[in-house]
Amino acid sequence: MHNKIIELKHLTKNFGEQQVLKGIDLNIYENEFLTLLGPSGCGKTTTLRIIAGFEEPSGGEVLFNGVDISKVPAYKREVNTVFQKYALFPFLNVYDNVAFGLKIKKKSKSFIDEKVKKTLKLVGLEGFDKRNVTLLSGGQQQRVAIARALVNEPKVLLLDEPLGALDAKLRKEMQSELKKIQKEVGITFIFVTHDQEEALSMSDTVVVMNEGIIQQIGSPVDIYNEPENRFVAGFIGESNIIPDAVMKRDLLVSFDGFDFDCVDKGFKENEEVEVVLRPEDIDIVDVENSKIKGKVKSIIFKGVHYEIVVETQYRDYLIHTTDYFETGLHVGLSFGPEDIHVMYKM
Amino acid sequence: MRKKHGHRKLGAGLYIALCFLFLYLPILVTMIFSFNSSKSLTKFEGFSLMWYERLFSDSEIMEAVYVSLSVALLATLISTILGTITAIGLSKSRKLLKEVIVNINNVPIMNPDIVTAIGLMILFSSMKIEKGYLTMLLAHIAFCTPYVITSVYPKVRSLDPSIANAAMDLGATPFQALTKVILPMIKEGIFAGVLLAFTMSFDDFVISYFVTGNGVKNISIIVYNMTKRTNPTINALSTIVIVVIMVTLVIVNVVPAINKKKNKKKMALELENMNHI
Repeated sequence: MHNKIIELKHLTKNFGEQQVLKGIDLNIYENEFLTLLGPSGCGKTTTLRIIAGFEEPSGGEVLFNGVDISKVPAYKREVNTVFQKYALFPFLNVYDNVAFGLKIKKKSKSFIDEKVKKTLKLVGLEGFDKRNVTLLSGGQQQRVAIARALVNEPKVLLLDEPLGALDAKLRKEMQSELKKIQKEVGITFIFVTHDQEEALSMSDTVVVMNEGIIQQIGSPVDIYNEPENRFVAGFIGESNIIPDAVMKRDLLVSFDGFDFDCVDKGFKENEEVEVVLRPEDIDIVDVENSKIKGKVKSIIFKGVHYEIVVETQYRDYLIHTTDYFETGLHVGLSFGPEDIHVMYKM
Repeated sequence: MRKKHGHRKLGAGLYIALCFLFLYLPILVTMIFSFNSSKSLTKFEGFSLMWYERLFSDSEIMEAVYVSLSVALLATLISTILGTITAIGLSKSRKLLKEVIVNINNVPIMNPDIVTAIGLMILFSSMKIEKGYLTMLLAHIAFCTPYVITSVYPKVRSLDPSIANAAMDLGATPFQALTKVILPMIKEGIFAGVLLAFTMSFDDFVISYFVTGNGVKNISIIVYNMTKRTNPTINALSTIVIVVIMVTLVIVNVVPAINKKKNKKKMALELENMNHI
């Protein structure tokens, strides 16, 4: 792994009576695409603003290359931000917006010219130099905002829900574009979003937050397949959560009146746990061949797949499948040991 | 039908003409009689510049012109700085404080001048500040600042709250963020405030009359004193003031219009170039 570039050590933040960060510990590495993911009010934007220097933490430390910077003002930090609503300077054209940071740092004219041209090319805005930023489309303004930050060659780029204002199609384009830019410039990106799909498709590391606490840190695959608790499982994609399962022993979990082989271990014997079953991991099979049996309650066409709800004795299961099943049909449910995700009870 | 329409048009034109006549005839008369060769204010007896000669040789009047101009310039400068800083600070304050201050700020604007004048007079007396140039300047700053706040505050409020952060994020110190980003974005509001403050200060009579002393007089006080006897020097002075105001108005209105036209042409050219690419 690369070197740590930013370390958050037991970061807390109070706004009046309200504590929005309740002790955040996080290591961010060089060249990493890290996403802070969570519902609104979870503290992800506050964490970003503390790293940028717009907020002072109430407690804890922000280490940048090992040095505490929590008292360093924003304009002296080696990070740059792409703001939610871009915050471009409307009285400057595209070129002057991008050149702003370099002009403040009193770089030579030829240096500025070369850097601005290069950065505009990187974000796909070649030839837009003299354009009025207020007359650009949302996606183009977004690119100007990214260029304005990147031109300063920050060690870390902070992005505060930058794709929130774009329409669905443009958003998809910008996601892959951002990932491409990050690979090209080779710096750390810290990305804030409430969109789980965005987080999973772009990040090296996803940090799931809720109510000022980090719920889980891991790769997108880990977060999706091995959610640590019910919040993470529920927030990342749709899932069936079985709150009353019991871990009989290592590799054996019991729910809905049956024992199932699983791949999880390290729990206490007969510990109460929660189980997550992803809708796409459950197969609908003949009634005779399965432990869990039920009746098709509803079926909705979703384009790529059908969304089926099967009513069983204990609970309703949500299933994604490409096959069609008649409502009222008696069916069995089947899933393999690796599809069962056991989590600690919250 | 057409005839009726024609009548209506004629009626409207006549009405407008009468309105303008009512507004501008007195000014026109003043200007014409400033060139009168006699003291009469009713009969024009020939062209002369004698009242202008008298005006420029009258040291009392010239002193008053200096007082009016210098007070107006200083009061405008100081109240613009104070008002702009207040408006920016206000936009960052808590909601309750914001509302209270905005409403308090409206009081001096709504207040009759005479009440403000007496209030200031009593204040200066009770604080034993000697009345004169300084008290007049302080009074003018006091009644100009609310106008600046009123014209700058809406501009500041419409700013994106992250705009200052964006500047500092790019390495600007808080002061650079103010001068390089915030001020250019609210300059229309500041300009409107400057114009208002200068006009308010320059033509104030009531407040100035009550807070001045030691023989310090501005133009309005001199004019007020002179009206007690017939003196066409006032006409000459008024004519100069009117001409200055007219020239200023023309510049303020025409220059932006010309700039706009230029920009439009430039934009059109640019668009054409873009299309060629």
